[in-house]
Amino acid sequence: MLDWLYALWPGLETSVGLLSLQPPGWGGNLLRGAWASLQIAIGAFALGLLIGTAGALGKLHGGPVTRDLLAVYTVVVRAVPELILILILYYAGTDLLNQALRALGQRPVEISGVVAGIAVLGIVQGAYATEVLRGAIQSVPRGQHEAARAYGMGPVQIFRRVTIPAMLPLALPGLSNLWLIATKDTALLAIVGFSELTLETRQAAGSTRAHFTFFLAAGALYLVMTLLSGRIFGWIEARYRRGQAAQ
Amino acid sequence: MKTLALLATTALIATAAIAQADQVRIGIAAEPYPPFASPDAAGNWVGWEVEIIDAVCAAAALDCVLTPTAWDGIIPALVSGRIDTIMASMSITADRMQTIDFSDPYYNTPTVIVGQRDMQMDASPESLAGKVLGVQVSTIHQSYAQAYFEGATELRTYQTQDEANQDLAAGRIDATQADSLAMDDFLATAAGACCEVKGAVAADEAILGAGVGAGVRKGDDALREAINTGIAAIIADGTYDAITAGYFATSILGN
Amino acid sequence: MNRQRIAQEVFVPHRIVMVAVALGLVLWAALAMRWDWIPRYFDLAVQGIWRTLWLLALSCLIGFALAVPLGLAQAAGPRVLAAPARAFCTVIRGTPLLLQLWLIYFGVGSLFPQFPWIRESELWPYLRQAWPYALLALSLSFAGYEGEVMRGAFKSVAGGQLEAARSMGMGRFAIFRRIWFPQALQRALPTLGGETVLQLKATPLVATITVIEIYAVSSRVRQDTFIIYEPLLLLAVIYMVIAGLLALGFKLLEQRFNRGMLG
Repeated sequence: MLDWLYALWPGLETSVGLLSLQPPGWGGNLLRGAWASLQIAIGAFALGLLIGTAGALGKLHGGPVTRDLLAVYTVVVRAVPELILILILYYAGTDLLNQALRALGQRPVEISGVVAGIAVLGIVQGAYATEVLRGAIQSVPRGQHEAARAYGMGPVQIFRRVTIPAMLPLALPGLSNLWLIATKDTALLAIVGFSELTLETRQAAGSTRAHFTFFLAAGALYLVMTLLSGRIFGWIEARYRRGQAAQ
Repeated sequence: MKTLALLATTALIATAAIAQADQVRIGIAAEPYPPFASPDAAGNWVGWEVEIIDAVCAAAALDCVLTPTAWDGIIPALVSGRIDTIMASMSITADRMQTIDFSDPYYNTPTVIVGQRDMQMDASPESLAGKVLGVQVSTIHQSYAQAYFEGATELRTYQTQDEANQDLAAGRIDATQADSLAMDDFLATAAGACCEVKGAVAADEAILGAGVGAGVRKGDDALREAINTGIAAIIADGTYDAITAGYFATSILGN
Repeated sequence: MNRQRIAQEVFVPHRIVMVAVALGLVLWAALAMRWDWIPRYFDLAVQGIWRTLWLLALSCLIGFALAVPLGLAQAAGPRVLAAPARAFCTVIRGTPLLLQLWLIYFGVGSLFPQFPWIRESELWPYLRQAWPYALLALSLSFAGYEGEVMRGAFKSVAGGQLEAARSMGMGRFAIFRRIWFPQALQRALPTLGGETVLQLKATPLVATITVIEIYAVSSRVRQDTFIIYEPLLLLAVIYMVIAGLLALGFKLLEQRFNRGMLG
């Protein structure tokens, strides 16, 4: 079917063969790696949102000690390269956990690669999410908060029904940026040996010596992920901005 | 809402932290190292070392699971408990024995310098002066090169031997120092036509080690003895030679 | 005035306690952890820091020089220029830097055996080494991200100023040099400062293609001595110091630029 294309471009047929989904093609491996990347990114983003919400609330409504500690957390994570944070958290995290378990007399626990990746990247994402959510919550007009208080709504209710819907459109551009950072940071986990897309690509390229083929294919997979995410976030933002003035 | 979140978090932690009772996690290098261990297109690990690991585990009645780990962090992974043993062509050296224990050696092969065909060199520091030598990080080859060749020779360190081989084929480096069997495998490929073996390096058992053994945590004598039993068993009943015959022409047990 | 406020903010009871605790932690770390490896690797560490700094500075300058035409093309250029610029920025921002780095280094390297005449050429001494590829990848990455930032900055300069300048008879290059670019730069400066810190955080990745910068030095310390945490902690402190200096530098730059502006 595509023979005319293969005849025109020598080497294309071998490249397509290398990428095929069934062995001896490496396409299946790449897709498995992409799925692992996606899982880690989703988990890390969700964990980052949880930490970020707690951090933003702590920075806005917490005591002076809480605020200072959170400031230290965000400054350290934003100043130190992710690679070094990943290494420190990866080694120190499992080390401390296993030491604590051993002290308690329990067997050391096996943390799967995906969970460790999610924990490490989630802590890094949490610092950025704290800043994004704090800025968004601060931009919500105070009058809405005061009016809700005047109506007798409790703090949790105010947060759920007034703060979150109002700050979400303001936070969405920053959050979509964070999601893109999460998907791209999963590549750093290749350096600690997690089987995600970048590591699978390097293994395939090393085994078959077809570097351009596999790196370009991996790039295309990442691009698909980022472009799709951009579309989805744009759709979410449009939905949340219904009824608001056009930006 | 809150209870749901609590239940979800607990479930996540529970599924993640499944403590396997008697599984032995064998750490192998996540980077391909043919012909000893490399992934195939289906994602399975194949190679001489992988088959030896399966045979040793069968002989010692251990429930083993292969755990690919980045070579750069494989000893910290063992020490912190993420894996139970290292069987990744790791040489037994005095430096490493300060941090971990080793089983009996299960193979021992010479270290060679492989260089560009059109360059004149042998494995001596004098002939390598002014040239560019590539080695893999955290290996005996890096330690040896830093002890004998650093200064006069430019050293480049790579995350994997495979990357060093690629740069050798590309001409970016003039030579690489590595295990003779791994290099034989590379020289047999099309990319390896660029180069040839220039010679074996001068012996130094303190740095190059007394063969390749399985690494275990300090004091983990039970596992170490089990692995030793397994290795002795497969050598005695011929499994070792049968596996070796499938990959190499001669025995690689060394002494 | 400023000193009074600083005194008010710093000498508060809880801050004093926290600073004391922090100093205590630093003292404990200095005494209880192993630091005997520092004298041996000091020279190598200084070389590594120097390499990190010049890679950062050069890649940011080259990247910015590329970003200005990229941003301009997207903000005001014809379709035939804007579309490729947008595609470039989208691809760079949509793929991980590590992948780009390995593609450039190993991908180009895999071409060398097929073209033996490259080894005879003038460029060969540079093509052999790793830092040109690192510099290229970092510069392209910076250009991709800053192209997007400059696009927004160029668009945000009030159109009325440019029209007024045209009506005064200023040439297009003069308008760009004296009105459009300085104002766009002033608006983009805070973001550029943040992006420079992000570029600093991207430099450790070049250690994977054999460039010996400060992260590679700490890896070497770890491999030689098997000490895991101390080199990483010292490395984190070094990066925090550099990031702090960068942030301070950009703040001073912003203050200079904002003189006489309404802000």
